[in-house]
Parts: sequence; structure tokens; C-alpha cells
Amino acid sequence: MANIKRSPWLLHYDGSSCNGCDIEVLACLTPVYDAERFGVMNTGDPMQADILLITGGINSQNEATVKQLYDQMPRPKVVVAVGVCACTGGVFKDCYNILGGADTVIPVDIYVPGCAARPQAIIDGIVQAVDLFQKRSDEHDALVKEKKRKAKEGAARG
Amino acid sequence: MNWHSLIFIIVYILLAPFIGGLLDGMDRKISARMQRRVGPPLLQPFYDVAKLLKKQNIAVATSQTFLLLTYFVLMVVTGAMFFGGSDLLMCFFVMSTSAIFLYFAGVVTSSPYSTIGAQRELIQMMAYEPAVLLTCVGFYLAAGTFNVNEIASHDISYIAYLPGFFLSFVFILTIKMRKSPFDTSTSHHMHQELVKGLTTEMGARNLAIFQITEWYENVFLMGVIGLFIINSNPWSILATVLVILAVYFLEILIDNTSARMKWQKMLQLSWIITLFASGMNLIILMIRK
Ligand code: SF4
Repeated sequence: MANIKRSPWLLHYDGSSCNGCDIEVLACLTPVYDAERFGVMNTGDPMQADILLITGGINSQNEATVKQLYDQMPRPKVVVAVGVCACTGGVFKDCYNILGGADTVIPVDIYVPGCAARPQAIIDGIVQAVDLFQKRSDEHDALVKEKKRKAKEGAARG
Repeated sequence: MNWHSLIFIIVYILLAPFIGGLLDGMDRKISARMQRRVGPPLLQPFYDVAKLLKKQNIAVATSQTFLLLTYFVLMVVTGAMFFGGSDLLMCFFVMSTSAIFLYFAGVVTSSPYSTIGAQRELIQMMAYEPAVLLTCVGFYLAAGTFNVNEIASHDISYIAYLPGFFLSFVFILTIKMRKSPFDTSTSHHMHQELVKGLTTEMGARNLAIFQITEWYENVFLMGVIGLFIINSNPWSILATVLVILAVYFLEILIDNTSARMKWQKMLQLSWIITLFASGMNLIILMIRK
């Protein structure tokens, strides 16, 4: 089984965040925290991304965009919601245009709390996301193997 | 073709991706150290490609894979011809042909990002092509042949005759390798005004093909740098390796210390340097004849 967890490429999407969390996400890539140690790259291209990082809540205007970005990412993929806004809607929860956290439109796997989420917490979230990323790939491989085995058995019997 | 060049060709085809990937890993590590970061592991480029090959394949245009594979095969042929010791001029022509297929792979998706990226790639080709052709002419004037084997087995390193050509070739190497002041076509690093430029619409597997082709290409380009240094003395191999590593380090340094340049400036600069350095050298060579 291929070891793919060494190369997680991130796609960072800014929902309706106040930019506090965005700055913390970028801080993860600076010399102090250096997330590239884990092979993390900030790609900006959904077709090449593995982990979707969302900051800020979902509003009625970016709902479709977030859905589309998620659909454009190749499987296996993992979604991380960074900051309370992305988790639940946060301080903006009751605004007229806010629908809620990122999980109102796409399935979210990892929630990173904090307002703003600290770089340490974000990196912790990414590390957990990376493990999940590997697990999904392994599960997929196991399913394919199982299917092949069944097909072989079927052919032998038939 | 004798068994000697056959061995060289096989070694090139088998080893080039590993050497290219290691150079790439070194590049990322040294860049990180220049920015006071720890940086990814040395083998990171291999992890990346392994992952890309593993992911679900999404193709925007099905013909893109075919175009990229043609780009890949032509680039391998270029390197194989070079290391097999055949015609230098022919190598560069095949290389230009392969670059055209990369352009098509960019525009076939009709995505605005990759189309603009591909157009920028064409401008970059325009900027480096004169220097590449003049390098061939220089080797012909100095050696009297285009044959790589004969050039490599001369008694004196050709850099003694062709310092100007060497200078302009090193300069256009930055454009060819799409490094920082001239990284307009693929928007490498954090510049994302075109998302990923030429490579925007390349799904996981196609990006892996692109990456591996780049490794082959880099090894070929470093080979051309080596051709300036190598001579009939076996010790020159050591000097060749050292010069290649020094040139690669210089590229990384330029990459990390310079900001993006506009294409007009790039065209001006590369043609002026080509005209002056290669042109002067050419005139001196012609007078000596
Ligand atoms: S969680 Fe706090 S810092 Fe982050 S986007 Fe929301 S309000 Fe801003």
C-alpha cells in the first residue's frame, strides 16, 4: 500500500472569515512553524489538492463555490474547518446572510477550534487530517483488493 | 551506434528521473535553508509524484494525457540522443518540438488560466531559443562538428573557446527551468495570480507526467552544461560534476533572491545578453578561423 501521507497538498479557501484565521494559516508556512517539514504545500489548485482548509463561515454567496471546490478535488480528500467561524458560524452565526459552519454544505472531517485558531492548533489539525488521508487511501485499496478477490473466486467457481 | 553509446542511453533513461528528482529535492531543501526553514525531506519530490500517481484521475480534456505523454517521450528522446552522443543540433530541435506539445497540453483544456500560462510559455521559448541555437553554432565553429561524442573527447575543455556562449546558456537556463524571475508560465512558489498557470488543469496523474518530464529535461540541460567542461582527460568528469552542481546552486540562489519580472523585460534582457555574450564570442571565433 502506497505511503501517501508524506505529501499533503493544501487548498486554502477563505469563506466569510474576518481574515484572522487566514493570517494564522499563512503563519504555519513561515520559518517559525514551517509546515513544509511535513511536505505540506499550499497549491491553490483544487485539481491537485488533498486537503481543503476552510476558514470562516458559509454565506449564501459562497455556498456554491465551496461545493464546487470540494467536487473538483480528486479522491481521497479531507476537509479541515479552521476557526470557530468555519466550525459553527462563530460570532457571525446570527447574521442574516450566514448559513452556518462549513459542514452545512460539505462533509467536514476535522474541526480546529479557536478565534483565531493558533498555528499550533492548525498544524495539529493538519497532522490529524494527514492520518485520515492515508487511512482513506488504505481503505480504498482494501476494497479494490476484496473486489478483485471476489471476482477471481467467482471466475473459478463459474 | 556502438555498444558504448547504447549503455549511456540506457543509463540515462533509467537514472535520469532519480538524479532529476534528487536535484529537485536538494533545490527545495536548500531553498528552505536560505529562508531559515527546516524544509521538506530530500526525497520529498518522489513522495509527491508517488502520491499524484495514486490519486483519482480527473481529466478535463482526454487528449491532454496523450499530448503530455508525447511531450514526455520526445524529451526522453532528446536526452537519449544527447547522451548517446549524436547530433547536438538535432537534440535541441527535438527539445523544441516537445515544448510545443506542452503548449498544446495547456491550451487544449480551454481554461483561461492554463491558456494564458501556455502563451507565457511560448514567450519564454522565444526568449531562450536564440541562445540555444547560438550555442550549437558556437560548438560547431569551435569543434567543426555537431557530434556530441567528438565534442566531449577533445583535449581542451570547450569553455576555453566558448565562455560567452556558456554565460548566455547559464542565463537562459533560469528561463528554461521556470525559476523565479522568469516563473511566469507555471506560477511556481506562492505567486498564484494564474492559479498554477500552464499546469492548472492537469489532474493528479498528468501533473506527475509533467513532473517526471521536467526531471528528464533538467538532467539533459545539466548535460549540456557539462559538455562545455568535459574533455578527454578522465579527471575532467569530476570538474564537470562540480561545475554542474555550482550552476544548479546559482539557479537556486537566483530563484530565492529575485522578484518576478515582466515578460517584456525578460525578452529584452535575454536577447541583449545573448547578443552581447554569444555574439562577441562568435565574432572572435570567426576571426580566429
Ligand atoms: S474564528 Fe475568529 S479569527 Fe477566525 S475568522 Fe472567525 S472571527 Fe475571525
